Amino acid sequence: MRRPTRPTGGPGYLDGVRAAAPIGVAALAFGVSFGVLARSAGMGRLAPVVMSLTTFAGSAQFAAASILAAGGGVAAAVAAAVLLNLRYGPMGLSAASTFEGPWWRRALTAQLVVDESWAIAQRDDGHIDRHLLVGAGLLLAVGWVGGTAVGALAGDLVADPASLGLDAAFPALFLALLAGQIKGRSRLLAAVGGALIALALMPVAGPGIPIIAASLACLIGARRP
Amino acid sequence: MTAVWVTVAAVGLATMAIKAAGTLLIGDRKLPPRAQAALEHLAPALLAALVVTQALGAADRGFAIDARLAGLAAAAVALLLRAPLLLVITVAAATAALVRALA
Repeated sequence: MRRPTRPTGGPGYLDGVRAAAPIGVAALAFGVSFGVLARSAGMGRLAPVVMSLTTFAGSAQFAAASILAAGGGVAAAVAAAVLLNLRYGPMGLSAASTFEGPWWRRALTAQLVVDESWAIAQRDDGHIDRHLLVGAGLLLAVGWVGGTAVGALAGDLVADPASLGLDAAFPALFLALLAGQIKGRSRLLAAVGGALIALALMPVAGPGIPIIAASLACLIGARRP
Repeated sequence: MTAVWVTVAAVGLATMAIKAAGTLLIGDRKLPPRAQAALEHLAPALLAALVVTQALGAADRGFAIDARLAGLAAAAVALLLRAPLLLVITVAAATAALVRALA
């Protein structure tokens, strides 16, 4: 990923905004489709927007909404979303030292960590650039929340998501994010393990359970310190 | 409707807490290496499971082979050709929509 620099030393917030612009278009489009999906899942107009604002994590929101829509229940929806978002623990940890100010400001800035902003903010020395993270995170948040509002409010005007192929866009998004996650053999094994566990449980377990069980495949990573 | 708001509140509060935990609780201390290594493998494991369940899952349980699979295959080709994310997603949706329109 290109990292613009300023002559005065280090990137600024606007560099983060620029770096995130192409993915921001996707965030906007998927915000709209999340709004439409959530609305059709019976979540109403306001709840999807509140969720995008507070959770701000696409895959977890899609997972929770689709589990609710499939009748999987609150516990399975929350558990799957929380498990999906557990990755923000280590991500937030790796970014912890870049945040500044009082506790509430650091906690607030940490909310801008999503897969894409975190990836864009990676520096070559293994540290996170706060300006890139904040600039990228803010742009993605505006696209995601704004898109959700459009989708949730105009859902009635939009055709059936399936006829637009939107249901195929979800696995495509997860596949694209997965492709970026596979660095090295053990992560590939974790992905294969997760897929196999899900495939094995799908015929016998209710919605959400295969996804929760698949998280155990991450233990592949603990084999060697 | 109540179930929806309970889900939104629980997921929102949990996610905000998870994102803030690093900087609030742990600061610049490090996790045990094995725990860190396991958590770094959570994303590929869960994303792979989501690809499988979202592309092949039936409404309740079991499998349903439909236009989503054609869309996913088109997305995989686009990814192999190093297409940007937006294009990958568009290709998948367009392919599935086309398959449904022709079916």
